[in-house]
Amino acid sequence: MDNFEILGTLGRFRQILAALGRQRFRVQLVLAGIAITAARLTLPAPYPNEELLVTSNPIGRYGGRLVAALRSEPKTLNPVTAVDVASLEVIRRMTADLIHINRYTHRTEPALAKTWKVSRDGRHYILHLRRGIRFSDGRPFNADDVVFTFQVLLDEKVHSPQRDLLVVGGEPIAARKIDAYTVEFELPQADAAAERIFDSIAILPRHVLQKVYDEEKMDQAWTPGTPSGEVVGLGPFRLKEYNPGQHIILERNPYYWKADRTGNRLPYLDEIAFLFAGSEDAQFARFQAGELDVVSRLSPDNFSLLERKRQARGYKLYDLGPGFQYEFLFFNLNDMSSKGTEPIVREQEWFRKVEFRQAVSAALDREGIVRLVYQGRGAPLWGHVTPANKMWVDAALPRPPRSLDRARQLLKSVGFSWKDDGTLIDSRGEIVQFSIVTNAGNSQREKTATIIQDDLAKLGMRVHVVPLEFRALTDRVFHTFDYEACLLGLVSGDADPNPEMNVWILGGGTHLWNLSQSRASAQWESEIDGLMRRQLTTLDYHQRKKLYDRVQQLVAEDLPLICLVSPNILVGAKENLENFQPANLSDYALWNADQLFFRKASPDQPR
Amino acid sequence: MALADKSASARHASDARPVPFLTPKRQAPTGTGPAQRAGKLWLALIPLAAVHSLVMFAGFFAPEDYAEQDRTLPLAPPSRLHFVDPHGRFHVVPFVYRIVPPPARPGDYLEDQSRVFPIGILVRGTPYRVAGIFTSRRHLFGVEAPAKIFLLGRDEYGRDQLSRLLYGGRVSLFAGLLAAVLSVTTGALLGACAGFYGGWLDGALMRFSELFLALPWLYLLLAVRAFLPLRVSPSEALLLAITIVGLVGWARPARLVRGVVLSARGRSYVLAARGFGASDFYLIRRHVLPETFGVVLTQAALLAPQYILAEVTLSFFGLGVGEPVPSWGNMLTSLLRYYVLSQCWWMLSPGLALIGVSLLYYLLTSLLQERLRIGQL
Repeated sequence: MDNFEILGTLGRFRQILAALGRQRFRVQLVLAGIAITAARLTLPAPYPNEELLVTSNPIGRYGGRLVAALRSEPKTLNPVTAVDVASLEVIRRMTADLIHINRYTHRTEPALAKTWKVSRDGRHYILHLRRGIRFSDGRPFNADDVVFTFQVLLDEKVHSPQRDLLVVGGEPIAARKIDAYTVEFELPQADAAAERIFDSIAILPRHVLQKVYDEEKMDQAWTPGTPSGEVVGLGPFRLKEYNPGQHIILERNPYYWKADRTGNRLPYLDEIAFLFAGSEDAQFARFQAGELDVVSRLSPDNFSLLERKRQARGYKLYDLGPGFQYEFLFFNLNDMSSKGTEPIVREQEWFRKVEFRQAVSAALDREGIVRLVYQGRGAPLWGHVTPANKMWVDAALPRPPRSLDRARQLLKSVGFSWKDDGTLIDSRGEIVQFSIVTNAGNSQREKTATIIQDDLAKLGMRVHVVPLEFRALTDRVFHTFDYEACLLGLVSGDADPNPEMNVWILGGGTHLWNLSQSRASAQWESEIDGLMRRQLTTLDYHQRKKLYDRVQQLVAEDLPLICLVSPNILVGAKENLENFQPANLSDYALWNADQLFFRKASPDQPR
Repeated sequence: MALADKSASARHASDARPVPFLTPKRQAPTGTGPAQRAGKLWLALIPLAAVHSLVMFAGFFAPEDYAEQDRTLPLAPPSRLHFVDPHGRFHVVPFVYRIVPPPARPGDYLEDQSRVFPIGILVRGTPYRVAGIFTSRRHLFGVEAPAKIFLLGRDEYGRDQLSRLLYGGRVSLFAGLLAAVLSVTTGALLGACAGFYGGWLDGALMRFSELFLALPWLYLLLAVRAFLPLRVSPSEALLLAITIVGLVGWARPARLVRGVVLSARGRSYVLAARGFGASDFYLIRRHVLPETFGVVLTQAALLAPQYILAEVTLSFFGLGVGEPVPSWGNMLTSLLRYYVLSQCWWMLSPGLALIGVSLLYYLLTSLLQERLRIGQL
């Protein structure tokens, strides 16, 4: 595509070239090349009163195409309905939010809102928007777009997955326009981290989507096949080309609202190409072959393979340490009495005993899992907050080492005993056996399950590992509750505890171990629920931290989730990619795509 | 002669036609065949017997238990046998060093050369059960703790690959053998009935067998397995795999046996016996089944490696025996990871073993077939 552009531009120079003597043709061609680069630099001049955000990054140079990969094709380019990772990865490059969480510092920073004020009671937010900035089609942005965006997101008929975040305690947030560049948000109750909810809420162009919304066709808008000019956003890039089964290419948004210190309008890159590369192994192979400039979420074994050849191949590798993902084992504590699934009800008598769960936790070899499954590139976990979250992790949480003796004592204390051949039996003489389900195809989880199986066999428990296809697994865990124990992982999208609410409050959508009802099955469960609700409305950080520390202690003691490990975030990038600052929060590699640039002209990438 | 030819080539022409009613009697089994051919069968039988007894007494030949994990040694390469120690002294008995993982670099292993561990014969180690009857602790070879000997490296969980190969062979080989016996028995019985009684029973059974031949068996197995409950113990899963694999494959032996029986029941001596008042049961037992013996044996030898492969395929897809019990199929699943495939050649050993065993079985088949042709069976 680069070549076509150059040829097209050359056409304009042909007359000049023709007028020049033949002997100077070559020199002129080179000069023309420079002229082309210069021509690319002439982005729209700042409009009067255009309030650009000035970034502090090192000054880059324009040009080049960054090639990254997606595991699957994006299902949509519509920020309102997107849920899958691939869609979000593309959409976040094309859209912008009001207040942004810096993925590197984990702190909020101005984006489309240049400043904001919070009222004393924490319920009213007044956001002052950037003036004079434009959407990627050149049309101006103002408060109407913001109000429209929130109207669409909160409309129940649209079924936006982001709606849940904007509804606090059953009541939605209200957005009200004060003037063309001021919007007031009213929260139904004080929310300690309210400014963080604006992150990743893409502001929609009202002039494009109002008609679609009125026709109630929001869910059909902006498929990947939509003509490139019709997908409009405020992000650093805009849609250029979509080739089903192969790639999606984004080009620079010439109206983007950020500039570096010397006044160069960002982004530096001409284009970002996302190849659809399937599995992690496939991405690794393409990165190793030099086809990809960036690869995020490498598996530990492929990372160590790359590390051996690092010098020769010209790429940089980043082990960012543990991210915000935590892997855990949990037992089915749902109220099954109405379901009448006999064997599970009987086994739940074991699972409901906190000593049983503590014994399981004490017997698990977390260090072994880190070493065998993650090749040492992970952190063992005893609570659900990973060490990456320095703001909120409870550093005082006990980290008891693996102890089979302690596990046996705990089991003995609640009436379990052992047969002569070492098989564990409960007080009624029933053999302790159960199955652990996990998602098939995730080799790391399957391996973890096999290690757990071996660890628990040392306690005399007979454990079967059952890998299930992901949809079958979620069906069992979320709907039929037909499982005994399950190995899964969760990723926090933010450092703040609030996105975790749905995991810990009663009746939350991800309250995995007990989804059946909103009534607590045990005292600790209602205590966690109460603490989480209190921290939500507490405004002072230190008080919130104290409440959240207590939640972490309760989780570590009563073990609704037996946390195991947090895998490290492993990222690779070409040596000549500058300003590259991968983060351990989701988006990992390309969160600052607008600031990336290539030190030297990148060679044309094969597609 | 012509008859034997017919039954041998019927393997290729699966639609065996009825043999003409009166055919020349087959060659007498004694005297006429070339004598030197008789020894050849052992070429395949001895190695096969050796392989099967190796895996049957896996506990004795394997230095460790198949489920024993050493979490400090994941994917450790095979132990190197040494004869010369660091001081330059020569040892008659080969020895190994203790393998230690350096803390900083996962995946690399060093030999701790401070002490040599000579390989011992008939050492005491982890207990195992022989044929499910008595327990023993003797292993063919081993080294003193804390060193370990692993001639085929260790797998992702630090388990001894050689031990798993032997125990896994037990599952895979006997699954194949049992399934072959099951399917040949079923096939022979149904085929004999169809051929002997003929008529509508013959028609019905043969049409039914055609249906079975047309089935895409792998998908059928996947479908059947998907309907089963979550929790299936390894032995249940194995029995299930054997039963499914064995029952699906009855059609081809049934058709072949039917062809042979069809020709046998019309022989003059059978007709004579019938004339003297022999019962159906007597005729089948005394005159008809012995005729099918060669075909059945050849079929069994041919089907066994196919069924071993079927079991491996099922386990590879996670539908056979589950962890921690090894089978050659589930041992191969770790090769789905690029890292293991590209870096750990010893993890390919189940595949190589599978090739070897299959070749032996096919050698046996072709030798059997040859004998069948010249009528020496």
